[in-house]
Amino acid sequence: MQFPGRRKKLIGSSQNDLYDHCLQFYGQPPLENISLTEFETFAVERLKLLKTVENLGVSCVKNSEQYTKKLDAEISKFFFNKEDGISEYEKRRKDHISHFILRLAYCQTEDLRRWFIQQEMDLFRYRFNDLHSKHKTDFLHKNNLKYETVSAEEKKSLQDKLIASSYGLSGTKVEEHDVYKVPFQDALDLVRTRKVYLLAGNAYIPHHEIVTIVLNDFRTRLSKALAMTARSLPAVQSDERLQPLLSHLSHAYVGQDYSIQKNIGKISLEQIDALSGKSFPLCMRHLHKALRENHHLRHGGRMQYGLFLKGIGLSLEQALQFWRSEFVKGKVDADKFDKAYAYSVRHMFGKEGKRTDYTPYSCMKVILSNPPSQGDYHGCPFRHSDPELLKQKLQNYKVSPSGTNQILELVKGMHYQLACQKYFELTHNVEDAGFSLNHPNQYFTESQKLLSGGRDIKKEVDMSQRSQENPASVTRPSQANSKQAHEEMGDLDSFFQDE
Amino acid sequence: MSTSDYDPACLPDLLPLYYRRLFPFSQYYRWLSYGGVSKNYFQNREFSFTLKDDIYVRYQSFTTQNELEKEMQKMVPYKIDIGAVYSHRPSQHNAVKSGTFQALEKELVFDIDMTDYDDVRRCCSAADICSKCWTLMTIAIRILDRALREDFGFHHLLWVYSGRRGVHCWVCDDAARKLSVAARSAVAEYLSLVKGGEETVRKVVLSDPIHPFINHSLSVVERYFQQYAIVDQDILGSKESVDKVLAVLSPLCRQMKSFTREGSSVSYDLHFSCVSVKSNSKKGGQYFDKEIMLQYCYPRLDVNVSKGVNHLLKSPFSVHPKTGRISVPIDLKELDTFDPFEVPTISLICEELEKPRAEEAEEDDMKDKENEQEAGERRRIRDYKRTSLAKYVKVFDRFLEAMARSRKGEMLKKSDLQKDF
Repeated sequence: MQFPGRRKKLIGSSQNDLYDHCLQFYGQPPLENISLTEFETFAVERLKLLKTVENLGVSCVKNSEQYTKKLDAEISKFFFNKEDGISEYEKRRKDHISHFILRLAYCQTEDLRRWFIQQEMDLFRYRFNDLHSKHKTDFLHKNNLKYETVSAEEKKSLQDKLIASSYGLSGTKVEEHDVYKVPFQDALDLVRTRKVYLLAGNAYIPHHEIVTIVLNDFRTRLSKALAMTARSLPAVQSDERLQPLLSHLSHAYVGQDYSIQKNIGKISLEQIDALSGKSFPLCMRHLHKALRENHHLRHGGRMQYGLFLKGIGLSLEQALQFWRSEFVKGKVDADKFDKAYAYSVRHMFGKEGKRTDYTPYSCMKVILSNPPSQGDYHGCPFRHSDPELLKQKLQNYKVSPSGTNQILELVKGMHYQLACQKYFELTHNVEDAGFSLNHPNQYFTESQKLLSGGRDIKKEVDMSQRSQENPASVTRPSQANSKQAHEEMGDLDSFFQDE
Repeated sequence: MSTSDYDPACLPDLLPLYYRRLFPFSQYYRWLSYGGVSKNYFQNREFSFTLKDDIYVRYQSFTTQNELEKEMQKMVPYKIDIGAVYSHRPSQHNAVKSGTFQALEKELVFDIDMTDYDDVRRCCSAADICSKCWTLMTIAIRILDRALREDFGFHHLLWVYSGRRGVHCWVCDDAARKLSVAARSAVAEYLSLVKGGEETVRKVVLSDPIHPFINHSLSVVERYFQQYAIVDQDILGSKESVDKVLAVLSPLCRQMKSFTREGSSVSYDLHFSCVSVKSNSKKGGQYFDKEIMLQYCYPRLDVNVSKGVNHLLKSPFSVHPKTGRISVPIDLKELDTFDPFEVPTISLICEELEKPRAEEAEEDDMKDKENEQEAGERRRIRDYKRTSLAKYVKVFDRFLEAMARSRKGEMLKKSDLQKDF
């Protein structure tokens, strides 16, 4: 992608040529000028869409009614333009540009790439399946997927064989729908499991399976493209306008950010030990235990845990007292603490340096950035702990063996937040957490809510109504969903206050 | 016949003779050059040699046929393996920047080893083979050859006797040589039906619908089953072996009713009237007769051999040190009469070399006096023709011819498209 460098102004008449289909493989980067605002808006909105794709992908069965309804709504929202509706061209342009911007943000590490590819694939699969059969074939042809359709006579002569080899095929289906001839090298998954008919090196793929083939192609292309993008990234990052934006995008969290403290001073320091067992997510429980045992935490752990504590309502004074009392038990004397560590605690509360009021880390941030090394206790235990150790820890915390197994299964499938949610369900003895976990402080709030029988909700609602005048915050209890985040869009700066 | 004549201790004397006068270097070079279409294809090919005293050397490569000959005559390898075509000359791989030396292409290969059938053959075990169990190889070749040609569209397959207890298949099509690891493994898995090791009793599980590939394979097995399993292997011949057959089914049914074995001419009825299975209509129970046939006869291949692009496999025309037999190409037209015990040993063919020359040979002698080098080659060609190796080299020649014709056809097609005349 040429960036920022050469750009051409797009002439109106070639609009239709550029986007001749509502779906695309994103082969060619956009070649126009856009404003920074549009750049940011497009990126953030697509990110929200992809996050929804991810959430729905793990919470609903793909292609179930619930899944389709919700995803459909989200996609419409993405393409929605508040003014008089949006032209087809505008939609496709937004699709195109937003994808490429996110490539810049998500090409940098293996984890980010994997996440991005997975969500883009799921989104693509949904949109492709939604297409009319004719448009599907159209798409294949326009993208040089030289998959010929099998002639009617050949279909008839091979009918029995086709039915015997492919899942879900019947005589009528073979007659009515297209069957594609694809070189077997492009259909390896079907060949490997012998779920397709092979003849003379070609796999005969029924219509409903062609999306798998297309997806493989999509994945390969995107994977290669991301690798290439990563190589040209330094040039992009040197542009000062874009660098902060891009780095925030890859850590962006699109829900409530717990930056505004509610219930300040409501928690007393004596309660923390008990709370850590009852209402802390596993990562924070782990950090708290390590702090108590070692009377010390390294920077990563101090940030993750310290900000979390701020989020649950510790005041600056309380925080200082908490950290000092613990560190002093260790190798640090009071003087050294005041000189070295107190500064960083105040920094967390925005009382030093650039006075940014740091926001507690979201799950995504904890999982994706700054992996722990030897001697660290931060990170997400579901992501960063060795499964055996995790199993032991869960057993120590009295999680049932079957529950532990469920958690480990989710971990194996890389659904770390769902694993934590399951941990919530098991430790609180509920069948359904009732929320979609995205943030450690959300875990805490939900847990407190549950344990106190919902009594605290009203108080929080009052507080949030009061703080609504502050444009930098929108606080609505629990559900971190995109509707709410959409309203946060009003002030982009605060949105990216993740550091 | 000739096995008794072979003594491994003679190898150090026989091998030099073999490499000087019998090994078909020119055909071998012709094969591995693939028409010279890709630059440096032969030069970048890895060979590995096992020398005397089990010294193993890898990353051997040669720039010309002549160099190959000279080196082999000098080093006198006991075993020769062929590996992949790399990005650089294998003999110089240490000089290449780390990470850039890569295996690029190789034939798609399959290795069928009789030892993998030990649980279902009664006549032999381990490295032994006999005429009774050799049928397994025949069945394997027929099934795999058909599938590779008809299902996968490959044309140039070289089947080779390994020299002791199995066969190898070299798929030499352009497309095959360019296959990725994932593709090779997918092909191998498509072709695999017998799954499971020692702990698995029921190794073949069939369910509706039956894929056409399985049906094709079954029809091959059925052709041979009567003679092979019932007669030669006699799987219904004793209570013990019958029990073994039943054990495969035991998870499915408790009662076996009848299968007939009429007097002297054995006929079998593998439609076991298995009461409990019918009434349970348990999934998979309906095909147990087919499952048994497949478990006893279907080819067992080692996916790992086929998967790797850089995997080294025994070379055709290499000698098997334990049996002395030459790894010869198998003529599929004569497959049913192929007898591994008739395959010439190195001692036999060296012996045949010493026999008094026929008349025509004397004529050629005159021509030889003219040109020494050509003479050397001609002599060698004459030489193997005088031995039992001849007919196998002919099979190899036909294989090479077919590939050459095909390459020519491809080039014509290409030039037609480009309108080059």
